[in-house]
Amino acid sequence: MKIGVLDIQGSVDEHIISLKKLGVHVVRVKKPEDLEGLKGLIIPGGESTTIGKLLKRFGLGEEIAKKVQDGMAIWGTCAGAILLANQVIGGEVDGLNLIDAKVQRNAYGRQIDSFETKIEFANTKIPAVFIRAPKILNVGDGVEILSKLDGEIVAAKKDKIVISTFHPELTDSTVFHQWFLELCEQ
Amino acid sequence: MERDQNTLKLKKGLAQMLKGGVIMDVVNPEQARIAEEAGACAVMALERVPSDIRRDGGVARMSDPQMIKGIMEVVTIPVMAKVRIGHFVEAQILQFLGTDYIDESEVLTPADEQYHVDKSKFEVPFVCGARNLGEALRRIAEGAAMIRTKGEAGTGNVVEAVRHMRTMTEEIAALKEMNENQLADYAKEQRVALELVKEVKELERLPVVNFAAGGIATPADAALMMQLGCDGVFVGSGIFKSSDPAGRAKAIVEATMHYNDPAILAKVSEGLGEAMQSLEIKDLENKFADRGW
Repeated sequence: MKIGVLDIQGSVDEHIISLKKLGVHVVRVKKPEDLEGLKGLIIPGGESTTIGKLLKRFGLGEEIAKKVQDGMAIWGTCAGAILLANQVIGGEVDGLNLIDAKVQRNAYGRQIDSFETKIEFANTKIPAVFIRAPKILNVGDGVEILSKLDGEIVAAKKDKIVISTFHPELTDSTVFHQWFLELCEQ
Repeated sequence: MERDQNTLKLKKGLAQMLKGGVIMDVVNPEQARIAEEAGACAVMALERVPSDIRRDGGVARMSDPQMIKGIMEVVTIPVMAKVRIGHFVEAQILQFLGTDYIDESEVLTPADEQYHVDKSKFEVPFVCGARNLGEALRRIAEGAAMIRTKGEAGTGNVVEAVRHMRTMTEEIAALKEMNENQLADYAKEQRVALELVKEVKELERLPVVNFAAGGIATPADAALMMQLGCDGVFVGSGIFKSSDPAGRAKAIVEATMHYNDPAILAKVSEGLGEAMQSLEIKDLENKFADRGW
C-alpha cells in the first residue's frame, strides 16, 4: 500500500518514520503527480498559513481534494486539521474545506502554553503532543468524534477524512498511524 | 488528564514544525505581514536587520518590547526575537512577552564573555548559532532546542554558512569511525557529556533541528543550504534589503520547498531585481561568527 506525506513544510520526516515502522511504501508529495496511486495522504504538522499558501500556489490543493472525492483517505495533524476544516477561527487559511468542523487556531495560546499528555484513542491510551495547537470547537452532522481531552474534541472523522489537533508523529506510539492505515485499506 | 508543559520534547517539537520553512527577519508589523503573506513559517522580530547593525556599529541589544508585541499582534505564525549572548534578563523579558522562540544571537553584542544563557532554566525554547559540532553540542547541553549555522549575518555572502554546515556534517561523519575511547576523548575535548556525543553518532545528525542562517540572499542560496542538509532557512537582511522584498521572500520560500528541483529554482529566480548589497568576508571589520564559543 502506498501512502503519501504532504512535503511542503513541517513534521514530514516524523510521519515518514512512523509509517515506515508499519512497513508501508511512503511517498513524499510535492507535486500533483506524486498523488498517483496513493491510498492515503497525511498532511503533517507545521504552519497552516504557510502550507495553505503553497498548496494553492502550486495547484496541489485542488488535486488533493479531487483524489479525496475519488476515495483517497486523508489525515491532517494539527496544521493539517486546520487545512481540512471548513470553518477556521483566528485568521484566514487557504484550506481544502473537506470536513464539516469548526477549528480555532492557536487555541491554547502561544508556545509556552504547549503541552503533552495522554489521550484515549481506539480504546488505548496514547501519548499526545499539543504544540501551539488548534481546538475543534464543534463538528457537523455525520462527523464522528474519535477522541476528547477534558471534554474537548481532539480527533474526528467523516468517511475517510480524519483530523487530529495533536502530533502522534512526535511520539514512539504508532497506534494512530496503524488505525489510519486500516482506514486507508477499507 | 495531567498535562506536562515546557518539556524538551515540546521545545524541540516547535522547531520540528518549522522544518522545510523560511524564518524571516522583520523590523515592523508591516514587514511581518509581507513575510507571512509570502509564506514564512515564522518571523524574527528585531529593531535593525544585521546589515544595518554592521553599518551602524555600536552596541546592538534586544528590541523594544513594544515593537515585538506589535508584530505578535499582526501575524498568526510563531514570532521569535533575539537576546545578546549571556543576557538572561533580556531572555526573561522575551519569555514574559510570550515570544515563541528566543535566538541567543551573535548578531547582537555579547553581554557575557564567559557564559551563554542557561537555557534549560527557561520555559520558552531557544535557538543558538554554531560553526561546528562542538559548539552546537555545548549549546544543546545548555538547553538549546534548535541550532542554526552562524554564517556571517548581514553580508549577503553565503560562504560562511556553507563552511559551518560542511564542518558540522564532516564532524558528525567522523564520529562513525571513532571507538569508545576516542568518543570519550572527543566529548572531553569539546566539554560535553559523552551521552550527547553518542546520541549524535547514533542519529547521524544533531538531536535537534538545524537551520541555515547568515548570508542567505537568493533562492539558490536557500536551496544550496537545504541540499547541504539543513532543515530550513533563516533569512535576515536578504529580503527587506533587496529591491523587491515581497517577490524575493516568496521566491525563497518556494525555493526552500523545491530545493531539489532545478526547473522550479530557475523559474522562481527570474526577475527578482537587485539582491541586497553584499560584502566580502575578508573585508569585514567585525566577524559576528567569532562571538560565542
